[in-house]
Amino acid sequence: MFNLDTVIKSDERAIFMLRGLYKSYGYSQYRMSRFEEYDLYVRNKDFLVSDEVITFTDKNSRLLALKPDVTLSIIKNSSFESGKAEKLYYNENVYRVAPGTHNFKEIMQAGLECIGDLSFYDISEVVLLAAKSLSLISENYVLDISHMGLISAILEDTGLSHQGRKQALQFLNQKNPHELLALCKNEGIEETKSNKLCALSILSGKGDEVLDSLYPMLTNYDEKKAFEEFKTLFEIIKEAGLCENVKIDFSVGNNMKYYSGVVLNGYVEGIPTSVLSGGQYDKLVSKMKGKGSAMGFAIYLDLLERLEEDTNSFDIDTVLLSDGSTDALTLSEIARKLQSEGGVLVTSSVPKNTKYRRLMEIKEGVVTTKSEND
Amino acid sequence: MKMINVALPKGRLGEKVYNFFKNAGFECPSIEEPSRKLIFENHEKGVRYFWVKPSDVAIYVERGAADIGVAGKDILLEYTPDVYELLDLDLGKCRMAVAAKKDFKDNASKTLRVATKFPNIAETFYNSKSRDIDIIKLNGSIEIAPILGLSDVIVDIVETGTTLKENDLEVVETIVPISARLIANKSSFKFKNQEILALSQGLREQLENK
Repeated sequence: MFNLDTVIKSDERAIFMLRGLYKSYGYSQYRMSRFEEYDLYVRNKDFLVSDEVITFTDKNSRLLALKPDVTLSIIKNSSFESGKAEKLYYNENVYRVAPGTHNFKEIMQAGLECIGDLSFYDISEVVLLAAKSLSLISENYVLDISHMGLISAILEDTGLSHQGRKQALQFLNQKNPHELLALCKNEGIEETKSNKLCALSILSGKGDEVLDSLYPMLTNYDEKKAFEEFKTLFEIIKEAGLCENVKIDFSVGNNMKYYSGVVLNGYVEGIPTSVLSGGQYDKLVSKMKGKGSAMGFAIYLDLLERLEEDTNSFDIDTVLLSDGSTDALTLSEIARKLQSEGGVLVTSSVPKNTKYRRLMEIKEGVVTTKSEND
Repeated sequence: MKMINVALPKGRLGEKVYNFFKNAGFECPSIEEPSRKLIFENHEKGVRYFWVKPSDVAIYVERGAADIGVAGKDILLEYTPDVYELLDLDLGKCRMAVAAKKDFKDNASKTLRVATKFPNIAETFYNSKSRDIDIIKLNGSIEIAPILGLSDVIVDIVETGTTLKENDLEVVETIVPISARLIANKSSFKFKNQEILALSQGLREQLENK
């Protein structure tokens, strides 16, 4: 028979393994319709990666959208109970405009959301699950973590204008110290504060090392409070044996409107863009539900095909040419026997551009090998 | 040592940029030999250079075909690729500016017609001023647009201002200074971190000794 490993694709394999991982942490699957009321996205368009949404009117004259995002639907349908956290995972398609184009793309996402009255354990569990999810995809992965609370406190301390802070976040996201310096100079920010911001833009690496460099720079209460939370998180990460792959990088996350605490971006070697993104989005929950907190992440499964090497140099193991002179019963028996060695295509002529290992011919029940490519 | 792929902008700026890399200890002698080849490797130094159209550098880097590259700030602002901008190389310095005919006076009661090769930069600039504009996307000879009445102003790169002067135009306002920037693919920065940092540090030292 066939080997499952040669048939199953990277994204399909990832879905099964991620499902197993999330279930083992008590997460339940969340299934949803492909459609959602458009109004949900209009009210929260800043949370979306792109505000381009495919819309249509249903027979009740409701304006619906093909969902561009999963998180908003999950929050909408969640209920807050004091002391409880709702833990959900999903595997859904979303519809977005591909960056740099005007075309919509169907993107397969898997991910999880933890919503409700979250403890710090819940937050750290999501971070660990993000790291473990990446490790299931590839052993060469990096999970970058930042803390919007810390960045926000440092930005607040600089005294930059509202517009200046937005630009500063963008420059942090680009690891761009020269523009940050120019921005601070332009707004008359004192040197020690602008230097702190520039240092933040280039600080990245292992938790212990970055936290040690960071601490002496922090001056106010909010900065130190966020720092302590970050430090505890990294102790948990270290204890879980993940500190080689989970790193601090302040270029992660640039949406202060929604993200409030820990933010995540995950990379695997061989894929040029991040395959995982997420974070703690208490501000979005509080806007939509009035109270509560939440954290989650999404994995872009469609990107995983980049990991598939073309190791299988043949499309099919055997092409069996039949001129029609052999009866169907005999042909079926012979094809079944050959299938024990690999895939068999029974055809009257070789399809164009088909790469096969072996070409065989059957005439009046007699099989002959015409060529072999090893 | 992992091989670093470097996208260089074809042309005069690219040659200057390569010399920067060379002086930083990442030379590749084959690139200096006259030929029509576009890809050059130095295995010993762990670098592979390739020449691409300047406006395509950011795409090569964003999509991971190149780990790092050198692109003008104008291209980065126009196409906003999701890359790291590690260093201002202080080369190819010019500015993005609004220019118009010498007697131009902005009439705020009318929509301003703006001819440009850089619609995103123009739009962002005028949005920040809440000015209603009509963007006319052109691909070249932008300077003649106001002369022929196609637009009121142009948004374009100004180096010395000679072309503007020869066409009776002048700079009305500078939008942003432009220079060449070292950019890096975000994923490559994670997995070829030491190599990219070594290259970047070599270039930084060149700049400091300039």
